[in-house]
Amino acid sequence: MLQFSDATRQQALALIEKYPRKSAAIIPLLHLAQKEFGWISEEAELAVAQLLDVPVVSVREVSGFYFMFHKHPPGRYHLQVCHNISCSLLGAETILDWIREHLGIESGQTTPDGLFSVERMECLACCDRAPAMLINDELHVHLTRDKLAALVEERRRQAPPPEPHPTDNHESMET
Amino acid sequence: MPQISLVSKNFQYPDQVELQAALSRGAWEQWKRVLAEKIPPAAIIEEVKAAKLRGQGGAGFPTGVKWGFVPKDSPKPKYLCVNADEGEPGTFKDRAILENDPHLMLEGVAITCYAVGIHTAFVYMRGEFYQPQRVMEKAIREATEAGLLGKNIQGSGFDLDVIVHMGAGAYICGEETALLNSLEGWKGWPRLKPPFPAVVGAFGCPTVINNVETMAGVPHIMRLGAAEFQKLGTEKDGGTKLFAISGHVAKPGVYEMTMGSSLKELIYDVAGGLPGGRRLKAVIPGGSSAPVLKADEIDVPLEFEAMAAAGTMLGSGAVIVLDETVSIPEVFMVTARFYAHESCGQCTQCREGCTWIYKISKKILAGHGQPSDLDLMLDLADNMNGKTVCPLGAAMALPTIGFLKKFPHEFLALMKS
Repeated sequence: MLQFSDATRQQALALIEKYPRKSAAIIPLLHLAQKEFGWISEEAELAVAQLLDVPVVSVREVSGFYFMFHKHPPGRYHLQVCHNISCSLLGAETILDWIREHLGIESGQTTPDGLFSVERMECLACCDRAPAMLINDELHVHLTRDKLAALVEERRRQAPPPEPHPTDNHESMET
Repeated sequence: MPQISLVSKNFQYPDQVELQAALSRGAWEQWKRVLAEKIPPAAIIEEVKAAKLRGQGGAGFPTGVKWGFVPKDSPKPKYLCVNADEGEPGTFKDRAILENDPHLMLEGVAITCYAVGIHTAFVYMRGEFYQPQRVMEKAIREATEAGLLGKNIQGSGFDLDVIVHMGAGAYICGEETALLNSLEGWKGWPRLKPPFPAVVGAFGCPTVINNVETMAGVPHIMRLGAAEFQKLGTEKDGGTKLFAISGHVAKPGVYEMTMGSSLKELIYDVAGGLPGGRRLKAVIPGGSSAPVLKADEIDVPLEFEAMAAAGTMLGSGAVIVLDETVSIPEVFMVTARFYAHESCGQCTQCREGCTWIYKISKKILAGHGQPSDLDLMLDLADNMNGKTVCPLGAAMALPTIGFLKKFPHEFLALMKS
């Protein structure tokens, strides 16, 4: 059974206090769970449900609805590339092409070494600096293929020695 | 020049996010004055009504009127939800406020809560707003430590807690009742109205929901007075508006304009026109839900009524400029892909309609379309336009009608004989 660390548990209890109803903390606690475990497994849903004293189905309904909760482990560096209008006008597809050509992955997939995953994103609300993407929680803007190559290289150097990724590649999320 | 600096006045200072620097530029002064002079809450609501401040999230509902709907004698607690779920494609003006001048928004929140009798405010922020979250949480911490928020503010006996609540990647949660469901820990399905949130909102209690930019206007109304503020705009739209312009323009960005300036001025005089000497093909004037305007239709005042008269909408003030090289069917496919991805699934005609329009648009781009597909998409659009629980169905229907009726030749050109 998956357990939150003590520190996260304390954070979770403080969050629950802020709301007039415990169940309102489902999304904040799922964010905490994802931060701690990397993704939202069924065990993570159960851990959230137990802390909140709600049925696990209430948590699962929410984790399934919201796009940001990963149902599979993403790569250590999760590239979230905006493909909406303004970013498309200024080259989002060439960014996604670079990722396919150089990392061998499409939206919803992870590299075999578990370092990088990529996902197509809807508008990130920074259209004036298009094309844009998030790498984990950092925003990167005015992307070009060269800039992306440098960002990826930098992260490869930072990363510890590769471990095999826990799961195989997954189907694209695209409709 | 139609450009003006009111809400955006302090965006230029990188230290404006720090409380001390913000205070030195006049932040929180109106809040302190409201408390020190014990201005009656009803007088503030009247002032905001007279200022003709309208909701800046897209719908343009008069803000003071909205506040007035909250029952005064309710025994239940009341809540404020600040809608910081900025997700309408092309829109990035709330991000500018959240990242550059969080104290301006928070001062507006404090004055609003005092006026309506609210002691808990939630800032519902989209989950991808990592940087705005960091900035806002720090600003709340600093303001609370300085006695501007929290318990017994400035010795007035008034309490106010402000809580940042992060969403998790669902455009639909920008719709106010979906936002409420999301805040309560449900999936973001919009609610039927009535009852309206002012009466039955968050946790079953009376709730005011206002956009970030609307909140940022409130301290300026208190500083300038309703008459001065209203005069910056038009008779029905008081004050200023932040426009977010992107796409094929020389200087994309957020620009503050007086209400009623023209779209053409914004594109050519303010944002520097199109780069590379290219010609304009079309403009999406109010976020991706707004029907497209052709190049010869852009001499229209940027205010709610005039844009409606031009067959489109001011929406969130997000302007996307498309130059002559753009393929309209491609932009349309990107738009449809977005709504297909973001339809919450509650109403059949929206869930199925958005998905089918997206699939047909892809088929046309792949060269497998036929002329009757255009009628089919218009029919699907008609089935969801104004016939769903929330406006997402219309947000797909309106651009569908706009693109197909104004640029049918571009779609037909992709079809074999």
